[in-house]
Amino acid sequence: MSTVPLPLLEAAEDPRTRPPLVLGDNDFASVTDKVCGIVERPRPPIAWYIAFAISSALTALLVAMLGYLFLAGIGVWGLNIPVGWGFDITNFVFWVGIGHAGTLISAILFLFRQKWRTGINRFAEAMTIFAVICAGMFPAIHTGRPWFDYWLFPYPNQMQVWPNFRSPLIWDVFAVSTYFTVSLMFWYTGMIPDLATLRDRATTRLRRIVYGVLSLGWRGSGRHWHRYERVYLLLAALATPLVLSVHSVVSFDFAVSQLPGWHSTIFPPYFVAGAIFSGFAMVLTLLIPVRSFFHLEELITTRHLENMAKITLATGLIVAYSYGIEFFMAWYSGNPYEKFTLANRALGPYAWAFWIVLFCNVVVPQALWFKRPRTTPWMLVGISILINVGMWFERFVIIVTSLSRDFIPSSWGYYKPTWVELCTLAGSFGLFLTLFLLFLRFGPMIAMAEIKSVMPAAGLERGPHRGHGQYWGEIPHQHERRQEEGQP
Amino acid sequence: MSAEAGGRLFFPRWANLARPALAVALVVVPAYLVLLLAYGASPRTINVGYQPHQPVPYSHALHAGQLGIDCRYCHTTVEKAAFAAVPPTQTCMNCHSKIRAASAKLLPIRESYATGLPVPWVKVHDLPDFVYFDHSAHVRRGVGCVECHGRVDKMEVVAQVHRLSMGWCLDCHRQPDRHLRPPELVTKMEWVPPEDPLVYGRRLREATKINPSTDCWTCHR
Repeated sequence: MSTVPLPLLEAAEDPRTRPPLVLGDNDFASVTDKVCGIVERPRPPIAWYIAFAISSALTALLVAMLGYLFLAGIGVWGLNIPVGWGFDITNFVFWVGIGHAGTLISAILFLFRQKWRTGINRFAEAMTIFAVICAGMFPAIHTGRPWFDYWLFPYPNQMQVWPNFRSPLIWDVFAVSTYFTVSLMFWYTGMIPDLATLRDRATTRLRRIVYGVLSLGWRGSGRHWHRYERVYLLLAALATPLVLSVHSVVSFDFAVSQLPGWHSTIFPPYFVAGAIFSGFAMVLTLLIPVRSFFHLEELITTRHLENMAKITLATGLIVAYSYGIEFFMAWYSGNPYEKFTLANRALGPYAWAFWIVLFCNVVVPQALWFKRPRTTPWMLVGISILINVGMWFERFVIIVTSLSRDFIPSSWGYYKPTWVELCTLAGSFGLFLTLFLLFLRFGPMIAMAEIKSVMPAAGLERGPHRGHGQYWGEIPHQHERRQEEGQP
Repeated sequence: MSAEAGGRLFFPRWANLARPALAVALVVVPAYLVLLLAYGASPRTINVGYQPHQPVPYSHALHAGQLGIDCRYCHTTVEKAAFAAVPPTQTCMNCHSKIRAASAKLLPIRESYATGLPVPWVKVHDLPDFVYFDHSAHVRRGVGCVECHGRVDKMEVVAQVHRLSMGWCLDCHRQPDRHLRPPELVTKMEWVPPEDPLVYGRRLREATKINPSTDCWTCHR
């Protein structure tokens, strides 16, 4: 390695300076080596195989459950009048919500010049894509006859039948498909320079071809960077409103109906906050084990985790406030049905789920007021998992309690999921984790090109070419070679 | 530029073919869509012109056209029931026991009359089984026979004139004015409205409070 030492930036405790975003004795080359090294290992670690075996087994379970569902019909689920939405829509809202953290990190934090996002944005965006894939599956399969799912889209047809444009369900189709498209473009565009790095370092013919095609002929010229930055900025601007709009539209599925407990103007902001809350919890749940497993603590620092914990706390407080307002409005409006529904949530047959929600989403996040839980990874993982559980149950409580007891007591019912629904939920986690593990294995999970722009080494005043690499990216072992040749 | 310059794969020269390929796609894809739509909308696909061979060379042009027999003389139930009855052989024999009683063309009719087995007429206007259609509901509100069946009084052998697709039904259910007439004139094939059909039809619709339903269960029960 090169010889000019950087002054060790241990200024993290000094409030006058911004703490560094990349710790340790890292230069550009070592960042590249670290991130690419994960992908370039000839074999993934044994733990990856174990995790992959479990997740793909769950995915197989999902496929089996879907096959059974399609053959036997929707009756294999526990849904029946009055509860026509149960696990299916709960899972849909849960997974769409998870995705929002990725878009917030990649788009909104980018526009606000939050430099710490560079360490985690790729990871979070990948999570968004995979979560939206899981989410999109549920509306598609809950229709009962999924082979007619193309009817969800407005297309000219001999029946002259169109989706009901006044229904939030069709808005949902547009919101989620737009969200998926934009997120995918954003993720892929941001990855092009890193894919080119992988291409340049590829040692096998297959990798050269695959990464070569994926990196779209990227050479890292000034013109390439110029256009890349432009496109990235435009996509960030395009994705930013989606952070707010997608889950607002999802909340309209409920808010536009007239059911007590659903028919509420607070739903859009309440859902968006909940989505970001659950999304950040999911990022933390996944990121912390991956970070320690692949030894990325220098790139994804405790400060990154702490910042995410702070956002989790802030959005969690908005969610807690919304819970309070729901009860306040039930009382203040004087509407007996609304009052009954909210009382029924807290004290009725689903009270157990409601109190899980309250504990996980209101009580548990309060720990994040304290520095120690924010900076202790295992505590953060525990808190995040509880928040994930709580946010899943939140959607369950909203959907099922309102449906199971509406205006007429004679039409009340109690919904219990069947084993098929439970296995489908487990299977959706399997699909999510399978996609995720594949990404960890084959994709650059940290935005190398971006993280270099926030490293102190980017400041050239620190001496000659400390691992700056070549014009088009790094070449392995160039430093050693140069030293052997006696060059600086 | 070679495909693998310095060990790196950039796009090789043949990748430039993507651009002409894109240009070709811009031509081929719309052409394909046009052909697809043309095939999908062609009369053959949508049954327009369906004219099955009937067991008896019965001519609507002769009976309904030249002789002016009212549709309801044979299709008796059309004002009262969902189904417009195909007449029994006895109805034919009302006349044909005297008129052209020895005609070779009428042999199947006489056979049917003698044996009691019905004439195996082939249904022309056949809606899918999941569609409920009620003739009486339409005829009694003044939708003429001709609106759906065309000029049967000019057909030697009956053929299907309209698509009878869902969109075709909905066209009329959404904008019925053009297809309305006084109910007592429904069987008059050559009838034309005395003024602009839209204005006339609208007046009829408002006077008789016709409000066609477009709910799913109107037709799919």
